[in-house]
Amino acid sequence: MARNPGRPLSPHLTIWKWGPHMLVSILHRATGVALATGGAMLFTWWLSAIASGPDAYASFSRYVIDADGAGGLPMVTTLLAKIAAVGLTWAFFQHMATGVRHLVLDVGAGYELRTNRMFAKLTMVASTVLTLILWIWAWRN
Amino acid sequence: MGTGTNIGRVRGLGSAHHGAMHWWRQRLTAGGNIVTMVWFVVSLFRLPTLDHASVMTWLQAPFNAVMMLLLIGSVFYHFRLGLQTVIEDYQHEGSRFVAIVLLNFYTIALAAIAVFSILKIAFGAA
Ligand code: HEM
Ligand code: HEM
Repeated sequence: MARNPGRPLSPHLTIWKWGPHMLVSILHRATGVALATGGAMLFTWWLSAIASGPDAYASFSRYVIDADGAGGLPMVTTLLAKIAAVGLTWAFFQHMATGVRHLVLDVGAGYELRTNRMFAKLTMVASTVLTLILWIWAWRN
Repeated sequence: MGTGTNIGRVRGLGSAHHGAMHWWRQRLTAGGNIVTMVWFVVSLFRLPTLDHASVMTWLQAPFNAVMMLLLIGSVFYHFRLGLQTVIEDYQHEGSRFVAIVLLNFYTIALAAIAVFSILKIAFGAA
């Protein structure tokens, strides 16, 4: 479609001053996309490995969950998987927190500047604390 | 484009009148996601181990199998709507059409595999 290249454009990314509300807005999108791609694929892969029986699951497990002392490739991939798992846990909590923030803003609450900034920062504190609690707890068990 | 009458060029480019429904279902499934995903994450971390026997026992319990199906329904619908919004923000015209088609294939294929796996496990065939 023919667009007038000289049309007025709203001031965007390049000139805006960063703030917590802006950061959580883009984090909501980034975490949503990460969960919907990496998260959903890992989840489905895991389920189909379980459904394929103990042998198939054992090889999934060796590359993704626990290398069980095997060196080489399984050691590398399980380490990467661990990083991805911690990342996805954080992404989930962050997306959940900013998702709830969206729902609160949707009803028209939380627009005062101080409250808005505070809530935005809180979502990041909450997601980080919840991720730490969960993984430290898992690691100690 | 470029030929044809003015009315012919703009026809079909207006609102599809599905915006409010999209918005509302994104919120409805957000609520479903909170319930099912918190349950899932907590349950997963509470499993004694992640070996085949223990995940099988867990997924074969009827309550857990049904919760997993509800989770797949809510989460997959939610991210299908969400990724559509992302695509519509960055892709236009031809590439947008292709991206939306691929998104539908992606979501439905993954959902089918996930649901089939749950049913196979729950009905004791794995
Ligand atoms: C670094 C700068 C920016 C980034 C990374 C950014 C990113 C985003 C993203 C990812 C969304 C969709 C997610 C959401 O709704 O929360 C969004 C929505 C929006 N942005 Fe931005 N944006 C930026 C700057 C701006 C600026 C400068 C304006 C206006 C002058 C603006 C106005 C809006 C509006 C009106 C929405 C729709 C909100 C909604 O539907 O919920 N943004 N932005
Ligand atoms: C845990 C509870 C969750 C809540 C409360 C929640 C909430 C929300 C809300 C309110 C939106 C709309 C944002 C807007 O209108 O701009 C949204 C967008 C989205 N959600 Fe979720 N969500 C949750 C879980 C998930 C999960 C598990 C996934 C993926 C597997 C996901 C993927 C997405 C995607 C891809 C978007 C679009 C992002 C965008 O447009 O910027 N969400 N979520």
